[in-house]
Amino acid sequence: MSTEIAPAPQGNVAEEQRPRIAVSALTTNLREYGLIIALIVIMLFFQFTTSGTLFKPVNLSNLVQQNSFIIVMALGMLLVIVSGYIDLSVGSVAGFIGALAANMMVIWQLGPLSNPLVVSIVCLIVGGLIGAAQGYWIAYHRIPSFIVTLAGMLIFRGICQALLGGGSSVGPLPDDFKMLSSGFIPDVIGPLTLIPPTVNAAGKTIMGSGLTLHMTTIVLGLIAVLAYAYFGVRTRRKRERHGYEAEPFPLFVIKTLVASALALFLVYEFASYRGLPVVLLVMGVLISLFVFVTKRMTIGRRIYAMGGNAKAAQLSGINTERLTLMVFINMGVLSALGGLIIAARLGQAVPAAGLGSELDVIAAVFIGGASAMGGVGQVIGAVVGGFIMGVMNNGMSIMGVNVDWQQVVKGLVLLGAVIFDVYNKNKA
Amino acid sequence: MASTILEMRDITKTFPGVKALSNVNLSVEEGEIHAVVGENGAGKSTLMKVLSGVYPTGTYDGQIIFQGQECHFKGIHDSEHKGIVIIHQELALVPMLSIAENIFLGNEHARYGVIDWNANEARTSALLKKVGLKEDPKTLITNIGVGKQQLVEIAKALSKEVKLLILDEPTASLSEKDSQALLDLLLEFKRQGMTSILISHKLNEVNRVADKVTVIRDGRTIETLAKKDISEDRIITSMVGRSLDDRYPPREPDIGEVVFEVRNWSVYHPLHADRQVIKGIDINVRKGEVVGIAGLMGAGRTEFAMSIFGRSYGRRITGEVLLKGKPIDVSSVSRAVEHGIAYVTEDRKTYGLNLIDHIKHNITLANLGGVSRHSVIDDMRELAVANDYRKKTNIRASSVYQMTGNLSGGNQQKVVLSKWLFADPEVLILDEPTRGIDVGAKYEIYTIIARLAAEGKAIVVISSEMPELLGITDRIYVMNEGRMVGEMPAAEASQEKIMRAIVRGEGKAA
Repeated sequence: MSTEIAPAPQGNVAEEQRPRIAVSALTTNLREYGLIIALIVIMLFFQFTTSGTLFKPVNLSNLVQQNSFIIVMALGMLLVIVSGYIDLSVGSVAGFIGALAANMMVIWQLGPLSNPLVVSIVCLIVGGLIGAAQGYWIAYHRIPSFIVTLAGMLIFRGICQALLGGGSSVGPLPDDFKMLSSGFIPDVIGPLTLIPPTVNAAGKTIMGSGLTLHMTTIVLGLIAVLAYAYFGVRTRRKRERHGYEAEPFPLFVIKTLVASALALFLVYEFASYRGLPVVLLVMGVLISLFVFVTKRMTIGRRIYAMGGNAKAAQLSGINTERLTLMVFINMGVLSALGGLIIAARLGQAVPAAGLGSELDVIAAVFIGGASAMGGVGQVIGAVVGGFIMGVMNNGMSIMGVNVDWQQVVKGLVLLGAVIFDVYNKNKA
Repeated sequence: MASTILEMRDITKTFPGVKALSNVNLSVEEGEIHAVVGENGAGKSTLMKVLSGVYPTGTYDGQIIFQGQECHFKGIHDSEHKGIVIIHQELALVPMLSIAENIFLGNEHARYGVIDWNANEARTSALLKKVGLKEDPKTLITNIGVGKQQLVEIAKALSKEVKLLILDEPTASLSEKDSQALLDLLLEFKRQGMTSILISHKLNEVNRVADKVTVIRDGRTIETLAKKDISEDRIITSMVGRSLDDRYPPREPDIGEVVFEVRNWSVYHPLHADRQVIKGIDINVRKGEVVGIAGLMGAGRTEFAMSIFGRSYGRRITGEVLLKGKPIDVSSVSRAVEHGIAYVTEDRKTYGLNLIDHIKHNITLANLGGVSRHSVIDDMRELAVANDYRKKTNIRASSVYQMTGNLSGGNQQKVVLSKWLFADPEVLILDEPTRGIDVGAKYEIYTIIARLAAEGKAIVVISSEMPELLGITDRIYVMNEGRMVGEMPAAEASQEKIMRAIVRGEGKAA
């Protein structure tokens, strides 16, 4: 118990606060900045050890396409973990949905229902139903989520394998469907050739020579960066107009500039290859949506409150049962989307699709700074955590590190990130 | 008369900001039952924690002399070694272990870590016989009632060769019949020569078994009464005898028509389906009125309030809640809040706050609709609201972005209050609004209550501190064992009158 500070005159208090807020803005965001800096350091490390392969446009596209399903599912997992639960079934659900989609499109001859778009929508709905079925027991019967979703993990892996008729795979999937993972957005503006490709003696162009930019990607990227800067400035203005200090101006400028520069660099990289991967666009939209929901919407606030103190949330009029159910429905839909992305990338459904990915997803969320006790965690953190995992996978593969040792390194990084968190918290 | 077995001299114990005990003296003679009585928060439990080494030597001033030797207990192990065993109000048994396992927990008959079950169970049977409990030593604790669990605790104490048995409110959660049996057992132990200290505020029990009574008030020993001087009147006067000074802000009540009414409210225990916790209660509160509910811990006041507030406690709830004469639906917290009812919990850390989030988010949680449009939160409006309430309730923090977990108790309480004020209720139920906070913060809370009443809210204050109720309310209900056993205007009420209503209510229940 601390003794109370004697009341100070109001004017003094306000003046004293200014410098303290500046410092606290830096320290409270240190975790987020630290994480992004860690990602950059890791990327530079692999850029160096792979002799520049990591940042090659084709590799960046691969990296995104290989890891997007982890990040998509991490968005759902973040809400699950912030709520104070866990979901071990996401990998199996993804595998099952992939098998379901492949069967609908290739085996079952459903006529118009075999259309990839229809199949995708049906699969997302099925994912939501799976989430609801699991969430129902967790929310309304208070069965521990660990147990319910452990059961789900076994059940849906089993159904996935049964749907695929034992050990075989189902494919090939239609090209339209594969666009979800391996497609690039069409260049409606048209390419801009800066350096014409070299033509060799046989009259053939040399792969990778010259520089042609995918202009639609460039334009989209510029719009996104400008929008980011615009909204940042607008929020600042609004705070100032209401008489509240925002973060210090230099910090704001540096943050915005660094983020924009990074984004533009990546945009340029993608534009110089085949443009923006479709799956990156899907991911970007989802990430923006989840940032908005968690930071600005009442339902997001309620989820954090429930994870922080479920009893207090309940006594504040929050229907924690329904909220839990919704968190798991969301997780189910995103697991289904993850399953579709995996199937689209492989071009077929395989029994092992998504196997073990629940652990990568959970690790991404914890590396991103979420608390296992619930109530703490950020969408951006989980996304960066996912990318850290992805870059390590990709970089170590290029370096030729054995898969066994890759797991050891990933395990150590997870442990280190969480120890860093706990240490920081105790120090504060 | 026998010799003195225990003497505590000039015990002083301070917590940061609070003097819990100041120069307390207690002298217990061998073979007697010595009762220690006092109001909630008077310092009885603190004194016993000093004695049993929960607060180790060096953290308090004064001397403990047990069996002629001065003792410096570093922990509960030291005091148990000497034969001083305390049985706490909240039983410390492991529910999923058997009686025998619990009795010898940490003290098993074992060789090289291998437990000799036969020896344990044989000893347990003997101990259970001593306390008159007819149960198989292998029975799980969870399968026996609270009364029997209390006996297991006593058997556990006996297994440690106890010389001085301390019972802290042993009958608080027992039925009348179990309480009688327990008191008989104490008398039986006395015949066998054991010394006991009984902490209780049930004066009829004290009257029945105690040889001496020491009264503690505000962390001081008031007096020790010998058997011939013990009477309920005498004890009550001694327990509450202090003057009411201006620790309460002045207010001029402006009381209107009845706003809130509860009729024939009954609630059953959530786990024990046949135990009725609230027994047909009627209360009403008028506009601008502050109504108090007095009673001892365990009287059912919190259960009553929580069952009204969205059925947050209990099962088989029956009765009617009326707002301005019309029945309202309070079957969920959100509906209760919609109808303008707010409940400020007695346990702010467990039920009131998200301790890992900051003040701003905590204040708006019960009324997010008030700071959002189409479910999108307006950050600026939320910040304005939080700053506004921070000023209104005088929350002392570096900013509204301070974690509530890092605030002092008084400031935490102000955050919880702010949360409910922002929900703009008509009826505000405050459960122990000043528990565990210092005198200055208490005054601020009283001021807020007075202001709310002046604004025309109907306010219910549940409190175990009688002076507080007398100081801030207009009318007082007295509750005991799930019933309303008295109602009086605060102007005519006194601590004696309230105590008497409780004590008599207890007689009625028997």
